[in-house]
Amino acid sequence: MKCRLAVSGNMLTAYLDGEIDHHSVQPVRESIDNAIDRNQPNSLVLDFSDVTFMDSSGIGLIMGRFRETSRLGAQLYIFNPQPPIEKLLLIAGMDKLAKIQTNGKKEKYKR
Amino acid sequence: MKVINQFKMQLDSHSANESFARTAIATFVAQLDPTLEEISDIRTAVSEAVTNCIVHAYKEKIGVIYITVKIYDGKKVVIRIRDKGCGIENIEQAMQPMFTTGGPDRAGIGFAVMQSFTDKLKVSSKVGYGTTVVMHKTIASRQNDRA
Repeated sequence: MKCRLAVSGNMLTAYLDGEIDHHSVQPVRESIDNAIDRNQPNSLVLDFSDVTFMDSSGIGLIMGRFRETSRLGAQLYIFNPQPPIEKLLLIAGMDKLAKIQTNGKKEKYKR
Repeated sequence: MKVINQFKMQLDSHSANESFARTAIATFVAQLDPTLEEISDIRTAVSEAVTNCIVHAYKEKIGVIYITVKIYDGKKVVIRIRDKGCGIENIEQAMQPMFTTGGPDRAGIGFAVMQSFTDKLKVSSKVGYGTTVVMHKTIASRQNDRA
């Protein structure tokens, strides 16, 4: 699990890459929180384009970052989750905390 | 019901094994020719159960996680994940969405995810002895499958 951070104006983007589970999530959480503290963004984008797996540890990651962004009055965005991840996001009600956006490259499940 | 194939493993409750456990089980189930969605559901549900053993059952110590996967007639998969950790005092409460003893960065939805991503979930536990989670999932037959 890798995480690359980019700042553009008031927007902080975390490009997540790989599998998000309880084992892999901790360093990612820390690096995002450090970047939030440094940059005080008014939007935080969690880019899920390259996330290949996520369990509820990822939901914990989003909920924790939502707490940070709401403290700053910032908006949280989730970009491009793959279908299985989007399914989990919706089950967990993450569409109530964050704006979920997909860019149309989303593939349907194939048999 | 006849067991067609089965797989057993024991592994230490190191968090690095979460990925191994879900991948091993998904690979075993792949012989039933599941859809990507079915495989993803199984990987996610297994990851939740194994993470519970690591985070809650054994906490700071390292214990053994016992996993059996059985494939029955009709593409029925039964996954049993057992620990000999601390046990759950109140299963009903533990299964409530958003209930967690795991701190602010755990969502408290592990059991809810296992329930949503499998056909049937059974949890039994005894404080001081451990917890067993049994998940059932039937892989849908494809058009070209023989009955």
